[in-house]
Amino acid sequence: MRLSALIIRLISLVVTFFGVAVVVFVLVRVAPGDPIAMMIGPGASPQDIADLRALYGLDKSIPLQFLIWLGHVVRGDFGTSISLRESVTEVVFGRLPATLELAFLALAIAVVIGGFMAILAARWRGTATEAGVDLFNGIALSVPDFLWGLTFILLFGVAIPIFDISGRVTPTLELPFVTNFFLIESIVRLRFDLTLDLLGHMLMPAMALALPLAAVISQILKTSLKEVMHQDYALIARTKGFSETYVLLHEALRNAVTPSLTVIGVQFTFLIGGTVIVERLFSYEGLGNLAIDAVINRDLPLIQGIVLLFAVIFVGVNLAVDLCYVALNPKLRHG
Amino acid sequence: MSAPFLKIDRLSVRLRRGGEGRLLRQASIAVAPGEVHGLVGESGAGKSMIGRAIFGILPRAVEVIEGAVRLGGTDLFTLSDRERRRLVGVNAALIPQDPLTALNPSKRIEAQMTDRLTRILGLSAAEAKARALGLLEEVQIREPARVFRSYPHELSGGMRQRVLIASAFAAEPRLIVADEPTTALDVTVQKQILKLIAEMQRRHGTALLFVTHNLGVVAKICQRVSVLYAGKIVEQTDVATLFNAPAHAYTRALMAATPRYDRPEESLAPVRPEVIEALSQEIAQTDNIWAEARLAAAGRRA
Repeated sequence: MRLSALIIRLISLVVTFFGVAVVVFVLVRVAPGDPIAMMIGPGASPQDIADLRALYGLDKSIPLQFLIWLGHVVRGDFGTSISLRESVTEVVFGRLPATLELAFLALAIAVVIGGFMAILAARWRGTATEAGVDLFNGIALSVPDFLWGLTFILLFGVAIPIFDISGRVTPTLELPFVTNFFLIESIVRLRFDLTLDLLGHMLMPAMALALPLAAVISQILKTSLKEVMHQDYALIARTKGFSETYVLLHEALRNAVTPSLTVIGVQFTFLIGGTVIVERLFSYEGLGNLAIDAVINRDLPLIQGIVLLFAVIFVGVNLAVDLCYVALNPKLRHG
Repeated sequence: MSAPFLKIDRLSVRLRRGGEGRLLRQASIAVAPGEVHGLVGESGAGKSMIGRAIFGILPRAVEVIEGAVRLGGTDLFTLSDRERRRLVGVNAALIPQDPLTALNPSKRIEAQMTDRLTRILGLSAAEAKARALGLLEEVQIREPARVFRSYPHELSGGMRQRVLIASAFAAEPRLIVADEPTTALDVTVQKQILKLIAEMQRRHGTALLFVTHNLGVVAKICQRVSVLYAGKIVEQTDVATLFNAPAHAYTRALMAATPRYDRPEESLAPVRPEVIEALSQEIAQTDNIWAEARLAAAGRRA
């Protein structure tokens, strides 16, 4: 990427974050519900309520509140959670690893399933195999992630209880972890018993998040692969004596992945959005679950912090996709 | 002349769902080692279909209804997929029409030139590299080592066609099919590439099937010619006869439609309707003979 492109990119980042900050800030304040009323007992006097409002700065006008908040944010201070009485930064970053692990596990599952399906369908295109893959794509895509979640809970949590469907890890286990990246740390510490327990909890929500994305990947990559298999260079590879499977994997795949990548990136941000409800379904202690609690408690600073963090994640994913694009396409490398 | 290496016998091909229409009508072509055979015809005549049949990579929508394609005496259609790929990979190579789309954009030239040598011919990586580099020199590419490391988009169209020619000859095949290899190139480059292919063919003693719609090119490099119309070979002869005494009305019409610098006053003549009419009748006759034969066969079975 050239320097000018990079600078434009950075400026657009700042604009994006500012926009998100404004929208969230205004939205949570004009929405019905009063954070003070949520935290105070029924016997409080009007004076107590007014004091609390002043304490959290809620007595000032919205533009002034925004400026004060923004001033703190640029210094890295996101305020104190009203419901948890802890620093928003600490609460949010404490939960982030759980969501990241879940989202990336779901992404990995989606890429493996979707990629495998696409390759199968492209290798045996025009046969019953492709029709079967199309059917899978149709079903997986038309059912939203939270319905998959409910289905999995009923199937593998209630009917045939082979997976844990609640929480991130069995609560009675002793955890030696120093970070909140439990899954990664359990692998690093070679505590595979804990890895298994974590995966047992994560697999169902991750599958629920992964299925729609797997269908998107499968559909787009399949179309792209079929197109590339008609390119002249794929034809040349066949005249060299290479098999259909070899041509698909060695000549077509890499060129087919590139156009699919942007769409996968966008869809992955949808998946991260999906964690909010799916985490709630599975009582998984991640950022999404925290976001719902924050909304229920009208915890304004916490909502603002979480939404901004989601914005950072979305922007980060898009940037990562662009970088992958450059890495995969030699034409873009010399800018 | 030695025995032909490529022998196509009465090859007929049709669309699977295309009814009675034929894409190739009993086409027969033989090319001996060291010989250059021109295959001429207008677009849609079935030239590329013959090219693809030789490599056993006809489109799925197309089926062979009769005939044989023999490489060194072995009929491709009697082989299993795996055997066919091996026979073709070792013995035949294609020089494609459009060098801009015939190279994989995400692979370096090195990988694209050596993949067949190591994986199909079983050369070691070092042998394959040495041979491919040698061939790049032979096709007069300056700085072969740099080109070897390049991606296709870093090379000009003419360079890419040279790379593809080198790649085809690197496998030391007994047969090369050149499918309109100069059509997509600049006029200035066309001549060089044509000369290069002719030189390489002579030096390596390869059988060359040269597919083109350009009679001028045929006159320059071919010894024998087949003229194809609607999938039927209407005339097959040596080049001298073709130009001095063309036997078929269509061939004469084709020649009249070729620009001549030495006789500019003769306006370019399109192929006249009566010639097309005669051709259609000729082809309909062949098709009728088949239909009758098939009816007779069906009668015998009944």
